[in-house]
Order: sequence, then structure tokens, then C-alpha cells
Amino acid sequence: MSAANLLEARGLHSYYGASHILHGIDFAVGTGEVVGLMGRNGMGKTTLLRTLLGLVPARQGEVRIDGRIMTNAAPHRIARQGVAYVPEGRGIFANLSVRENLLMAARPAADGNTLWTFERVLDTFPRLAERLDHGGQQLSGGEQQMLAIGRALMTNPRLLILDEATEGLAPLIAREIWRILDRIRASAIAAGVAIVVVDKNFAALSAIANRNLILVKGRIVFEGSGSELKAQPELMQQHLGI
Amino acid sequence: MFYLIQLLNAVQYGLLLFLLSSGLTLIFGIMGVINLAHGSFYMVGAYLTYWLSKMTGSLWFAIPIGTAIAFAIGLLLETTIIRRLYRRDHLYQVLLTFGLILVFEELRSIFFGDEVHGVAVPEVLNFSIPLTETLSYPVYRLFITAVCLAIAALLYFVIHKTRAGMMIRAGNSNPEMASALGVNIPLLFAAVFAVGIALAAFAGAIAAPVTSVAPGMGNQVLIVCLVVVVIGGIGSINGAMIASLLIGLADTLGKILAPEYSGVAVYLLMAAILLWRPQGLGNKS
Ligand SMILES: Nc1ncnc2c1ncn2[C@@H]1O[C@H](COP(=O)(O)OP(=O)(O)OP(=O)(O)O)[C@@H](O)[C@H]1O
Ligand SMILES: [Mg+2]
Repeated sequence: MSAANLLEARGLHSYYGASHILHGIDFAVGTGEVVGLMGRNGMGKTTLLRTLLGLVPARQGEVRIDGRIMTNAAPHRIARQGVAYVPEGRGIFANLSVRENLLMAARPAADGNTLWTFERVLDTFPRLAERLDHGGQQLSGGEQQMLAIGRALMTNPRLLILDEATEGLAPLIAREIWRILDRIRASAIAAGVAIVVVDKNFAALSAIANRNLILVKGRIVFEGSGSELKAQPELMQQHLGI
Repeated sequence: MFYLIQLLNAVQYGLLLFLLSSGLTLIFGIMGVINLAHGSFYMVGAYLTYWLSKMTGSLWFAIPIGTAIAFAIGLLLETTIIRRLYRRDHLYQVLLTFGLILVFEELRSIFFGDEVHGVAVPEVLNFSIPLTETLSYPVYRLFITAVCLAIAALLYFVIHKTRAGMMIRAGNSNPEMASALGVNIPLLFAAVFAVGIALAAFAGAIAAPVTSVAPGMGNQVLIVCLVVVVIGGIGSINGAMIASLLIGLADTLGKILAPEYSGVAVYLLMAAILLWRPQGLGNKS
């Protein structure tokens, strides 16, 4: 793994109580790279993301950001290194309006740039602009996901981590989310922003990801491009059920 | 006129309750800690004010300095002890904060003794506004009402209109998500705890001239504050405001209409509201 890696993890082991979930994961994301994370239910995708974010303690192994050790650092310290999170279930603050959900997160990047402003986020998600004074819970699932992504962008991240990007969304809305992610990626790469995304839709995921990982019971069993994965239908059948 | 006076008293008592319980409800709502020692800071505020005003001769000096000292004690307590309770069972919280009540009572006994003390109303406010031939209303009580209203307005403004307030509410709704967006949750919790403690101490300080500064004074208000938190809805500042005023009114009305049962009025109100809205007035179901 080179020094160009924005975020890098080595030999990660995580537990929930006594149950051993991650078994020595090596994981890296480079500047501006898009990594797709796949695997069946309960294989540890969310746990991996949450360990990287400092939300689940790593019992062994290390996490580095820009080469600096951040293993088990407080989540806000990791976030302030330029890592933003769009969680499973969206994590919208129900007692804040749409406007407040966005504004509470607003922060210039570590290098001072404010590429993503309130206005720019609303340009990207015009639906949110119409609902600024609604409570977070009054939004549809798709709108909540847009808000969660918009909120993450308000922190001007260098790395955007999305868990279950389109889970539970109607196909039309899911397509819109993918289109927006593609737009963010296109604009993001120019600004050096990376994306890690978990989703069950292999086709959509591999269309935007430079690299795909498959997780099985807390271990990485495949790492490669979408076309490399397509060339191994037995892997897709076995681990993704496609 | 009699009723006007009672109404003014009810509002003044209600607003004082609000200062006391706003911190309690925030600490319960955001950190999930039942701080039984919250009432002790009402006592701490009152005793510090008694002591400082006796030493300096000035209530105007004693109130802010006493409040600042309480804030510092709050910070110290949060970072050394309370912080360890966040992920614990309520049983530990109740045991530890009950222990703190005993510690504060003992310290009070050591430093100030067990006598009842009084604090003089400052000269400039030591007069009454005549309402009728025989009835008048003390200006210092109006002063308490005005100051409490100003602080309530400030609190409302900070929580609903500022970025710090957004972060507090976000931390209330989902602390983990807030931290993943860069909010320093340990710092936020320490600040909220210490401000809550300072508000309770301030209530004790400003009320000192109209109540007696006495042992156990914190425990009496604690019970009523817990009722405010339950009626208002855990974590809801707006709910705490409404609940405090309702309790002020219920308490005053109870004393007028049925003096022998006056202690019950507050609990009847609580039972009625909980039957109607179990989640409290300020929270959505
Ligand atoms: N809070 C928890 N306590 C105990 N076990 C947990 C907890 N959260 C998850 N697990 C277990 O850890 C394993 C990995 O879960 P994780 O959520 O990381 O999987 P996932 O790949 O994200 O699955 P999904 O596709 O369902 O989101 C599962 O077996 C799950 O049951
Ligand atoms: Mg998951």
C-alpha cells in the first residue's frame, strides 16, 4: 500500500461483545478512488465501515489516515480528517429541520476549501430545497437519503462513506441516487474526493466503482475491477447470489 | 388583586422551576443520565450566594460568581465521574448520583453548618409595589421573574437558532451520527452538563433572598423537577417550560382551593397529563 492512500487499514479485528466479526481485514482507499463493498447479509460490511469511522472499536490492527495512525480515535477526530458517513437507515436527525440537518454539519475541509456550500448542495438536490423547513422525519425514504448525502457533503469530505446507498428505495429513486453519486464522483475526482459505497445492486455499483471488494464472514475474498468480477460468475453466484 | 398576586407568584415559581429542570431534562435527554444530584446544585447555588454575599456585602457579586463556581464544579464532576455513567445501567446512575447528594449535604454541613440562613434582598430592589390599600407585591419577586424570562428566552434562542443549538439537538437525537459528522460529543456533553448545573445553581442563587437557605433544600426541589421532566417530556426544553408553568399554577391553585391537599395537586396534574400524553407534552409520540 502506497503513501498516496487516503485511508488504510491493516489486519483489522472487530467484535461485538464475544462475537468475532472482522477477521484481519486489509483495506485501502486512494485519493479520488471509488471502492464498492459487497457481500451477503451479515457478512460484516457495516461493521468494517463503522470500525474505520471509529464507531466500533478495533481490537487488533490499525487504521491510518494520510499515513497517520487513527486506530480507535474518537469518531469526531476521524470525521475532521475529512471522512463523512451516510449510514444504513440514513441517520437523519428527526428533531431538526432539513435546513438544520444540513447546516449543523457545515464545515470547511481540513485544507480550508469550501467546495460544498449550502447552495451547492441544494443545487445538487433540488427536492431538498423545496422542503427546507420540513422536519427530518417528514421526508420520503429517497429524500432522506438525499438529505443524508447532502449533509455528508456539507462537511467538505475527502472520503465519502455510504452504507446501503439505495436500500429500500423505489427503482426510480434508486436510479436518481446513482446518477447523483456519479455526478458527485465526477466532480469529486477533480477535487480529490474518494467514495466507499456498499450496495446490493452489483451492476450499478460496478459502474461507478474503480475497485470492488467482496466480504464473506469478516474476510475479504475478492478484490478487483467490475470486469474481473464479471469474468468469475461462480464468485458472483456464490457470494452475491447473482 | 389577590388573584393577580397569586398568578404572579405562580409564574415566578414556575420560571424558577424551569431554570432548575431545563438542565435536568437536557442531561437526561441527551446523555441519558438521571442526575439525582441536580437539586443539590440548587442548594450549592444558594449557599455560595449566602457565603459570598456575606463576605462581600453584594448580592450582585455573589450571584454570578456563585454560578461560575457551580459551572466549574459541574465541569469537574462531568469529566471525572458523570462521564463514566453514560453507557451504564440506570441503576448505577441512580446509586452514584444519590451518593453525590449525600456528599454535597455532608460538605454543606462541614462548611456552613446545619442552621437555616437568610440572604438580604439588595437595597435597590427592597420595596413593594402597592396594589390596593392592603396588598402589595415585592419588587424582588418581579425581578426574579424578569431575569428567569430573559434566561429562558436566551436558552430558547441558543437551542433553536444557533449552530451550537443544532448540535445539541442533533446530539440529543443521535449522538453517534453527530460524532461521525465531526461533533465533539464528549466536549458537548461536558458543556451541556455544566451549563445545566450552572442554571440550577443560578436558580438557587437568585431565589436565596426569598427562600430560606436551608439543609435539604435541594431534595425538595428535585422531586418537583423530576415531575417537570416527566410531564414536559424527557429532553424537551419547550415541554419543560410549559410543564414548569403548569406546575407553578397547579401548586398555587392547590394551595388556595384545597390547602390541606395542596401537596397532591402537582401529582394529580402529572397523572392526568401522563394518561393523556405518556411521552410528555414536548415530545411527539
Ligand atoms: N450491535 C450488534 N451486536 C451484536 N452483533 C451484531 C451487531 N451488529 C451486527 N452484528 C452481527 O455482526 C455481523 C455483521 O453485521 P454487519 O451489520 O456488519 O453486516 P452487513 O454485511 O452490513 O449486513 P447487511 O447487509 O445486513 O447490512 C452479523 O452477523 C450481525 O448479526
Ligand atoms: Mg450493513
